[in-house]
Amino acid sequence: MSEATSHKIPVTVLTGYLGAGKTTLLNRILSENHGKKYAVIVNEFGEIGIDNDLIIGADEEVFEMNNGCICCTVRGDLVRIMDGLMKRKGKFDAIIVETTGLADPAPVAQTFFVDEDVQKNARLDAVVTVADAKWLSDRLKDAPEAKNQIAFADVIVLNKTDLVSKGELAEVEARIRGINPYAKLHRTERCSVALADVLDRGAFDLDRILDIEPDFLEADDHDHDHDHHHHGHDHHHHDHGHGLKHYHDEDMQSLSLKTDKPLDPNVFMPWLQNLVQVEGGKILRSKGILAFHDDDDRYVFQGVHMMLEGDHQRKWKEGEPRESRLVFIGRELPEEAIRKGFESCIVS
Amino acid sequence: MKEFSPAPDSASIVSVTDRVKPVTLGMGVTSVHFLRDRAAFVGGEENVAFVDDKGEISTVTVHSGGILSTACDGKRLVMGGDDGKVVSLDAKGEVMLLATDPKRRWIDAVALHADGSYAWSAGKTAFVKSGKTEEKSLEVPSTVGGLAFAPKGLRLAIAHYNGATLWFPNMAGSAEFLPWAGSHLGVTFSPDNKFLVTTMHEAALHGWRLADNRHMRMTGYPSRVRSMSWSAGGKALATSGADTIILWPFASKDGPMGKEPAMLAPLQARVSVVACHPKNDILAAGYSDGTVLMVRLEDGAEILVRRNGTPPVAAIAWNAKGTLLAFADENGDGGMLEL
Repeated sequence: MSEATSHKIPVTVLTGYLGAGKTTLLNRILSENHGKKYAVIVNEFGEIGIDNDLIIGADEEVFEMNNGCICCTVRGDLVRIMDGLMKRKGKFDAIIVETTGLADPAPVAQTFFVDEDVQKNARLDAVVTVADAKWLSDRLKDAPEAKNQIAFADVIVLNKTDLVSKGELAEVEARIRGINPYAKLHRTERCSVALADVLDRGAFDLDRILDIEPDFLEADDHDHDHDHHHHGHDHHHHDHGHGLKHYHDEDMQSLSLKTDKPLDPNVFMPWLQNLVQVEGGKILRSKGILAFHDDDDRYVFQGVHMMLEGDHQRKWKEGEPRESRLVFIGRELPEEAIRKGFESCIVS
Repeated sequence: MKEFSPAPDSASIVSVTDRVKPVTLGMGVTSVHFLRDRAAFVGGEENVAFVDDKGEISTVTVHSGGILSTACDGKRLVMGGDDGKVVSLDAKGEVMLLATDPKRRWIDAVALHADGSYAWSAGKTAFVKSGKTEEKSLEVPSTVGGLAFAPKGLRLAIAHYNGATLWFPNMAGSAEFLPWAGSHLGVTFSPDNKFLVTTMHEAALHGWRLADNRHMRMTGYPSRVRSMSWSAGGKALATSGADTIILWPFASKDGPMGKEPAMLAPLQARVSVVACHPKNDILAAGYSDGTVLMVRLEDGAEILVRRNGTPPVAAIAWNAKGTLLAFADENGDGGMLEL
């Protein structure tokens, strides 16, 4: 998987509610001295202008696939643009797709799973959501789009933190965590986040489905392990853990399941397939690392709505606890039924 | 597939590989067309490479970016680019600028009419320029996937989401919408003007009988159809997209309705491009493993033109007389075969 994916062009999806600072982040990415060229797919020309990069206007046209799956929507314009861009392979290193403030990230992500030609050439790297520290709490109440974007995110850039008090910041973070405890969260002013924190995350790479623990549980050591450059001044994970309020969002939640007993693949696979078929409209993202009965390999999967992909990843290491962990993020998840179903997959 | 015997192994198949003049273009190729008797290989960006029957290559710059769409009538090659320009190239190698999108939007599709009229699209808008008359435009509900002129009259088919629109550019209010759910990308009229066929984003074709707009669903492909070609006289439509050449029957008034397609030349690779001979009932097909075959439509007899083991064949075309075949793979390694 990794071998094959490394030749594919990484695609970063940049979302965020109106005014959160998407364009600021985009301009930062493009103007930084990284020696890379980007193809940037935007909805409005004009606000960005970096000569070196390819800027392409998009129309955000979403259509339903004719496969009987109602949530299976893709961005037709992206299919077309990717087709065109592939004629210019070698002229850019990565693709950034900026969505409008009101966009649902799912069709964008699904485009990269559903379309064979797109999949052959490009891989979804991560969904990065820029959120406004001052206004996000309000938007989570009145704008379902904003909630979707938070729920869907792999990386959240919590911007404009200079405009709020410490207490307000803790409040908005707790609200974000109530919806999506798994995304990497970065507090910024004017989107000043290290590029390595938003680009090349491999969030959809099955080989890298490790970030399945809530972000704040392992944030510190993650930072030290992986980010070789700098940001000593950037203490964004600093006081997690204590004093963190807990919010339970009424309609968008995450659900985490765990067992140290082996699962029966012949029960688990049909159960998961059926679950996403039936509840796929509600499940935005899913991920899992699985230990199957009589199987020395770790099995990993991930999904967007009804779409799933999974593979054997590697051998369980000596002494590594053979635990299965699953995470669902979604709306009005039938928690009880999911838990029961999951338990029925355990080999008794 | 049952009625077809498996492909004979390469030892027994008739081969003309030694008669092919190799062509090395040194650029990514997306299509090839004949302008008189020179093959014009269209690059992924900027250039078109002419190759004559002696194998001499001369390159012409046509766009300042990616070349997104092409249409050719044998005299002129019209192209749309991501530089927002529509250009034409003639057999002498002269480039003419036909149109520029004021917003520099991508020119996603182009079409060329037998009378010299041409059409292009940018976003949701299709444009037609015919002779000395003013440029006409029509906005459809979503981005244009493909364009095709009808063989009779000045009528344009525009493929888009959830169907296709038929439009007489010289008749105001003449746009007629043919609905069918899904994203329609390529579009072609049958040479007898009786059917319209689109390639879809899904692995399927859709067709309409124009007399009564009856639907024809042509499904069962394992992958998206990117190449279609009408056989001589329009009796059949050959397509890529499967591991055999799929040949839909169009000789009767019902077209392929209720009929099975013929499946020719099965290989362990997908058909990537097809080109029917302009006069005889044979076609040439390129495969995803680099193989090129000539196939007789009647009985599926095969002649090997190029062996496998390279990137997918991306371009294939006959000259108007049907005496020259040109092809190239995605990397620009190809050949010319004189018959």
